[in-house]
Amino acid sequence: MLWARFIWAIAREEADLLELNVEMRRGGFHLRVECRLASEWTVVFGPSGAGKSTLLRLLAGLDRPDRGQIALDDHVLTDTGAGVFLPAGKRKTVLVAQHPALFPHLSVTANVAFGLKHLSQDERAARVRGMLELVDAEALVEREPRSLSGGEAQRVALARALAVEPRLLLLDEPFAALDGPASDELLQRLLPWLRAKNVQAVMVTHDATDAYATRAEVALLREGRLAAMGPASTALSEERNRILGRLESS
Amino acid sequence: MMDWQAFTLTLRLAAATTVILLAMAVPLAAWLVLGRGRWLAWIEAVAALPLVLPPTVLGFFLLVLLGPRTAFGRGIAALLGHPLAFSFAGLVVGSVIYSLPFAVQPLVAGFAAVEPELLDAARVLGAGRVRIVGAILLPLARRSVLTAAVLSFLHTVGEFGVVLMLGGDIPGSTRTLSILLYNQVENFDYAAANRTAAVLVVCSVIALGAIYLGNRPRGGRPA
Repeated sequence: MLWARFIWAIAREEADLLELNVEMRRGGFHLRVECRLASEWTVVFGPSGAGKSTLLRLLAGLDRPDRGQIALDDHVLTDTGAGVFLPAGKRKTVLVAQHPALFPHLSVTANVAFGLKHLSQDERAARVRGMLELVDAEALVEREPRSLSGGEAQRVALARALAVEPRLLLLDEPFAALDGPASDELLQRLLPWLRAKNVQAVMVTHDATDAYATRAEVALLREGRLAAMGPASTALSEERNRILGRLESS
Repeated sequence: MMDWQAFTLTLRLAAATTVILLAMAVPLAAWLVLGRGRWLAWIEAVAALPLVLPPTVLGFFLLVLLGPRTAFGRGIAALLGHPLAFSFAGLVVGSVIYSLPFAVQPLVAGFAAVEPELLDAARVLGAGRVRIVGAILLPLARRSVLTAAVLSFLHTVGEFGVVLMLGGDIPGSTRTLSILLYNQVENFDYAAANRTAAVLVVCSVIALGAIYLGNRPRGGRPA
C-alpha cells in the first residue's frame, strides 16, 4: 500500500509540471523568470508592478515573450527559438482575472456555456449546472450579468473558466470582491475538485494571507525577478516578519 | 410628376451598396481592431481616403480604371460582356468605394469600445476570430452596425460626383435622384426640383431618426 502511494506520488510529481523560462521587455519593465512549478497549487506573490499579471498572460497565451519557452506536461506551449506559439484557448489553460469579464449580452448560463461549443446540448446543460454548484452559484442560473454583485460575478467567471476542464488554472486575484471567509470557503470547495480533475493552479496575489490559505508553493516575484521560492513559511519569511513587526509595534 | 424610376433606382443602388459594404466593412474593421502591427495604420488610412478625396476625382479614377483604356477594365468588360462604366453595376462599385469610410469608421469605433478583457476571456475559452466577431463584437457593437448601415445608405442616396463621372445620366440605369435634381435645376423646372429635393431630405431625416432612436436609451438619456 505504502509503495503504491509512493509510486503514485512520483508519477504525479512528473505529470504536473509547468516549466518556464521567459524574458520580456515592455518600456522600462523587464520580466525574467525561470522556474519549474510542480505543486498543484502555486501562489505567485509580489507587490503590484512586480510582473505577476504579465507572467499569467504569457502562460495563458495572451502575450508572447520576447524570448523563452513554456512547457506543460512536456507539451511545448511557447518556444520563441523554435517558432512555437500555441494561442490562448488551444493550451488547455484558462485565466480568471480580478475583472470577471462576463459577456454582458449573455445570460449567466450562456456565459458558463461559452467554452462548451463542442458538447451536446444535454452535456452542456449538465456541465453548466455542475460548475455553478461547484462555486455555490446555482441560484444565479437565469440571471443577467448586470444584475450580479461583484462577488457573484467572480464566482460565475470562475465557473465559466473551469467548465472547459482545463489542465492549468490561472487566477489573477480572482477573489478580490469576496470577503475573507467567503473566499476561504470557495477555496475549500475548489481544492478537492481541482485535485480530482488533475488541474494545476497558479494564483497571483499581493495579499500574504492568500499565500498562507493553502499549503501551496509560493513564488515571490519582485521587479520582474523571482526572489524566492518554496513553502510559504520560507519564501515569505521576510514578508511574515514585516507583518508581525507592524502588529507588534501597533 | 415624381420620377419613380429614378427614385427606385436610387433605393436599389443604396440598398445594394449597403449590403455589400457591411459584408466588407465588418471583417475589415475587425481586422483593424483585433490585428497587431503598425502597418495596419496604413490600411486604415487607405480605407479613410474616400472621405477626403473629391468625389469627381474618385469618379474619374474609376472611369479610367473600369473603362477600355486599362487591361483591368478590358478584362472586366470581357468577363461581363459589357464595360462597368455607365452601368448600374459600375455605380455599385463606385458607391461601395465612395461610402467605404462611412461603414468602416463607425464599426472600428464600436469594436474598439468593447472591453479588451472580454476579448481575452473569449480567446482563453477557445473562441477564434470568427466567433469573437460574431458572438462578442457584433452583438456588443450593434448600434455601430446600425449607424454604419444607415450612413452608408444615406451617403449613397446623396452621392453626385461619382455617379455623374462614372455613370453619366442614363434613365433607368444610372440616373439617380441627385442627378435628376441637377437636370431639373438646369432646365429651370424648380417645382419638380423642389419635389425631388424634398424626397431626399425626408429620406435622410427618417434614416437619421432611426439611428438616434436606436441609440437613445428607453426612458430618455441619463442625466
